[in-house]
Amino acid sequence: MGLPLGATLAACGSPGPTQAGAGGGSGSGEAPAGSATYWYLSTEPQEGVRRRTMERFNKANPNGQIVGTTFQNDAFKTKIKTAIGAGQAPTLIWGWGGGTLRSYVQAGQVDDLTSWFDENPAVKERLFPSSFGAATVDGKIYAMPCETLQPIVLYYDKRAFDKIGAKPPESWGDIMALVPKFNNAGIAPFSLGGQSRWTNMMWLEFLFDRIGGPEVFQAVFDGEKDAWSNPAAIDALTKTQELVKANGFIKGFSSITADSNADQALLYTGRAAMMLHGGWTYGGMKEDGGDFVSGGNLGYMNFPPVEGGKGDPGNTVGNPGQYMSISSKATPEQKEIAKKFFATELISDASVKEWVGTGAVPIVNGANAHFTGSGDADFLNFVYDIAANAKTFGQSWDQALSPTAAEVLLDNIAKLFQLSISPQQFTENMNAVIGK
Amino acid sequence: MSAIATSATASAKAGDDRSRGGSLSWMALPALALFAGFGVIPLAGVLVLSFTSWDGLGAISFAGFDSWRAVLSDPGLPHALWITFLVIVASWAVQTPASILLGVFLAGQQRYRAVLSVLYFIPLLLSSAAIAITFKALLDPNFGLGAGLRLPLLTQDWLGEPWLAFGVVIFVVSWQFIPFHSLIYQGGVRQIPRTMYEAAELDGAGRVRMFFSITLPQLKYTVITSSTLMVVGSLTFFDLIWVLTAGGPGDATRVLALDMYKRGFQANLMGPASVIAVILVLVGLALALFLRRLGGRDNAHSQLEGM
Repeated sequence: MGLPLGATLAACGSPGPTQAGAGGGSGSGEAPAGSATYWYLSTEPQEGVRRRTMERFNKANPNGQIVGTTFQNDAFKTKIKTAIGAGQAPTLIWGWGGGTLRSYVQAGQVDDLTSWFDENPAVKERLFPSSFGAATVDGKIYAMPCETLQPIVLYYDKRAFDKIGAKPPESWGDIMALVPKFNNAGIAPFSLGGQSRWTNMMWLEFLFDRIGGPEVFQAVFDGEKDAWSNPAAIDALTKTQELVKANGFIKGFSSITADSNADQALLYTGRAAMMLHGGWTYGGMKEDGGDFVSGGNLGYMNFPPVEGGKGDPGNTVGNPGQYMSISSKATPEQKEIAKKFFATELISDASVKEWVGTGAVPIVNGANAHFTGSGDADFLNFVYDIAANAKTFGQSWDQALSPTAAEVLLDNIAKLFQLSISPQQFTENMNAVIGK
Repeated sequence: MSAIATSATASAKAGDDRSRGGSLSWMALPALALFAGFGVIPLAGVLVLSFTSWDGLGAISFAGFDSWRAVLSDPGLPHALWITFLVIVASWAVQTPASILLGVFLAGQQRYRAVLSVLYFIPLLLSSAAIAITFKALLDPNFGLGAGLRLPLLTQDWLGEPWLAFGVVIFVVSWQFIPFHSLIYQGGVRQIPRTMYEAAELDGAGRVRMFFSITLPQLKYTVITSSTLMVVGSLTFFDLIWVLTAGGPGDATRVLALDMYKRGFQANLMGPASVIAVILVLVGLALALFLRRLGGRDNAHSQLEGM
């Protein structure tokens, strides 16, 4: 549940091109008969892109309109669940895929789109193959991947590295060696918004992958018994606690939330040297950090390998895309409109260009052709290359798991970082909810 | 809504029958209808849900005592009960003495006290969520009050250390609700007959003696009323703690109401969440009854002048 919250809140900082008086946007009333309904998040600049995409579709299809309603992030999560449970879902169900999508599928609330994708190979081929993982439940595709991908990136402040005369870390050993150097220089090695819990989770996602490869979490996802007890998992959890004990994270990180963007502020104000965070924070730091980004002080890299680890250092984790499903309760006409929207405007060149404009990489093959001329071309290309070259783009754990298991996971991660439970206790607690 | 309308007409008819001199109990009907519609029926629904398995999305299936067994065997429940108990005791212990003293002080007729009472009243005007967000910003270890004023004492990991976070919750709760309870005590003190103090003065009693021998005993029922509100209110604290700490760090401030919300709406376990809701209702009822008992059976009794 965590990542997208951060994504949208981070985007709060960057006012997008709001169009005053653009009609037909976010009406909240009843949809006229025969038109499809669409709920989406109201945070800018993403809202503007979503609204204009919908408006272009409505202009081209006067007989099959989409009526949109906007919600704030947290309100949306509760509201969509309630609406689906009550059989009042909008035609287009927007979300983050993974475990939540699975719960919709198990309740029979969303349509199977596998055959539609088979009939429309052009749509499928236009999108990153890695984006379909979180849209697939038991081998069938239940959602249309859309919008942008957001890998987790290791950001660093070049000024801090100049100050202590060090180079960015190339391995876990480098990270542990940098920690005392930064602490001696009065700079916190890593910024972390620990109260948000999913921020801590990103560390585990990378360490699990780098040490044991993507198979370790895959076994958890597949519901294998005692999957958390994998030695690679214990190793990753132990290394995490070693970093905490070495004061690798800024003092008081458990009091800091990612919602307030305080963790980003620690990096761009020079109080912390590095930060592991989602690709969406780039836009926030550019907006709020003065000349931090524009002055070329922000460095970024993929998470470095761990010595002796089995994982491919090219792998990444994060949000492989956003997802749109079709409510099984919608009328046949509404479903037709929705599918037409999927095949046309949702992934059109015009909307790809708009998403690039928000500083994010659309999940469309060849989207990098639109990067030239953008002030953020370096970062966009970096993200695009990560996504294009990653053998595995792991979905954020709290999104991939069922809401029930995700809640237990976040709870135990917070306790792990508090050092109030040992890696062994963590694995025991987590093994108990495997497959739930 | 229609249920209320029909019961309203029904009660009107009942009223016609014995409009003169008859029982006036029909007047309770609108209130009863509201209570049934918005209190009893949802409560029954929660009770039914506690015996089912439901993720909020699909069909509701009967699950017998599964949810009860799951919740009662979960170590999270005694922990949440313990934290809730601590919140109740600590917030009562902090708020009651402070509210009584402030209430007695504000009951005086001096003009500056009237001005102060307006100031004291301000926290009551703010919403809990706004208060929580504000305190969270003030307590931020890097960008908060302590860091801004360069006061190391204020630069603590306020919401990151279990006991500090608990203390912060109690402090903010008290900050918000002491004005309300002071108001109740102010009213209580003003009801105490002046003659009592005049008599005590003639007998040579000092201020402290008068406070302990007249004011405090006379405030007995006010204390019980205020304590009931405090205790039952503490039981259902949600918004403030949710925004301030979200139950963290770890589960250090996860009270029952938060546990219920997290299970129901974050973990999609409506059955176990309903079990906790039922437990909350039972604990609340037990506490309210206990406090009534404390007040003795002579609740109608009063030492007020002329009654």
